[in-house]
Amino acid sequence: MSTDVTGTTPKGEVLLSVQGVQKVYSTPTGPVEAVRDLTFDLGKGEFACLVGPSGSGKTTLLKVISGLMPATSGRVVLDGKTIDGPPRGMALVFQEYGRSLYPWMRVAENVVLPLRAAGVPKAERRARVDEALEQVGLAHVPKSYPWQLSGGMQQRVAIARAIAYRPEVLLMDEPFAAVDAQTRADLEDLVRKVWKELGITVLFVTHDIDESVYLGERVIILSSSPTIILEDLRIDLPAERDQLETRSMPEFVEQRHHVYEQIQKAKRGYNADTASMSAVAASGV
Amino acid sequence: MKALKALSAALALPILIVIVWWLGTMNETNPFVPKPGQMLNDLFTVWVGPLMAEQVVPSLYRLGVGLGAAIIVGITLGLLIGASRLARALTGPAFEFIRAVPPPVLLPVLLLILGIDDRSKIFLIFLGCLWPILLNTIDGVRSVDSVLADTTSTYGMQGWARFRWFVFPAALPRIMTGIRLALPIAIILMVVSEMYAALDGLGYRIMLFKQTFQMGPMWAGILIIGLIGILMAGLFRLVERRVLAWYYGQREMEKQ
Repeated sequence: MSTDVTGTTPKGEVLLSVQGVQKVYSTPTGPVEAVRDLTFDLGKGEFACLVGPSGSGKTTLLKVISGLMPATSGRVVLDGKTIDGPPRGMALVFQEYGRSLYPWMRVAENVVLPLRAAGVPKAERRARVDEALEQVGLAHVPKSYPWQLSGGMQQRVAIARAIAYRPEVLLMDEPFAAVDAQTRADLEDLVRKVWKELGITVLFVTHDIDESVYLGERVIILSSSPTIILEDLRIDLPAERDQLETRSMPEFVEQRHHVYEQIQKAKRGYNADTASMSAVAASGV
Repeated sequence: MKALKALSAALALPILIVIVWWLGTMNETNPFVPKPGQMLNDLFTVWVGPLMAEQVVPSLYRLGVGLGAAIIVGITLGLLIGASRLARALTGPAFEFIRAVPPPVLLPVLLLILGIDDRSKIFLIFLGCLWPILLNTIDGVRSVDSVLADTTSTYGMQGWARFRWFVFPAALPRIMTGIRLALPIAIILMVVSEMYAALDGLGYRIMLFKQTFQMGPMWAGILIIGLIGILMAGLFRLVERRVLAWYYGQREMEKQ
């Protein structure tokens, strides 16, 4: 088990690089520092989970990575290019599925829209939409409106739209936090399947410890806000994962336990400030 | 069966009012008090025919052009202003001021500037209808869902694509509210502008009947105005149900 906190070394080629990202919001009551200093690299084809307690700046971080929000300092580099707005190579799946699909468009229209806007030729558009809907198991409802579907199915539509877009990096912001437990298990397996079939890079943000260990090849544990990385953990589980078997494996239980302890530490208020204080104490100054 | 029920519910009160009105004016001798039978009779004998084409068509033309222009300009300006914080800040106080001025007070000035013909009347209708549409469109653009806005951004949709596929449809429920508010304003301004100074039109003719003590035809003219209002509201509802089918469907789902 590697517990390399400072420099992370993903195998293969680096695709996404988060370098010293800090985010300070200015509010009427003064500046609030959500993220202190985050640095990690994501290799091509990796599946990494970002896990942290609620209020650990996960969503802020994802907004910075996806280019929706500028960082206060530091930078995000995708494929060698520094991001200064939403890049073509990224797709983001939100937690609020009910608010991320266009209610005036049918399912297939929702999936095809980013492709139309990007000028993909018609025949290819149709092929990609059909394929994506097939992959998420929704080939039978292209003509429904999103609000006619269940929450889990709506999130499948959002995933289909993301994969039809063919991003290099798929960002997911607590995508299954608002669906019921059974649907959630299905969707987790769906994301693993899609990741394996398409060979894309996934950065999956969650507050659910089990989910992070079950899904990820790697789990990046965040402190509470102002956020730093508490630990960057490689998950030693077989590539084939199964809701029952994997979750009862000793390795799973052990790593889950480990992540849990770290999150507890974060919840007790471990953040950038307390970390530097304890470092000062340790150095004996 | 359901449609029949809705229809009878909609007609029950008007029928009751007409019955009370009819009974109450049966023995009335004051020529200024309208009687339903007389009114209906005058509607068909005086108005239906050449008078309709001569007087009602010009009115409807002004109404259509004024309202149509207000819809086009209101939506276009509203989308542009609503999308820019700077534009909103710049236009806000001015709009509050202009909007507080009742359009009819501008009529004398408009007549001097634009003349007695259609232009002054069309412009007045346009001006009165513009505000509810413009302000509702601005509000509609401002209140688009933030998650949907982020989604649109992450998929690289900017400029025209963003307006066409996201901002406009998202603001459409509010835009339709603005148009619904503009309909009665359009009718009021149509009649008022024709009463003030005109050579034809419903308002002009109603005033003429009044000045020549033809009370029956005058009341029949007022009835026509009411009928135009009902017709426009019905037409609007038909269009709204069509273009906002998704909106009402979604709301229906949320209620369940």
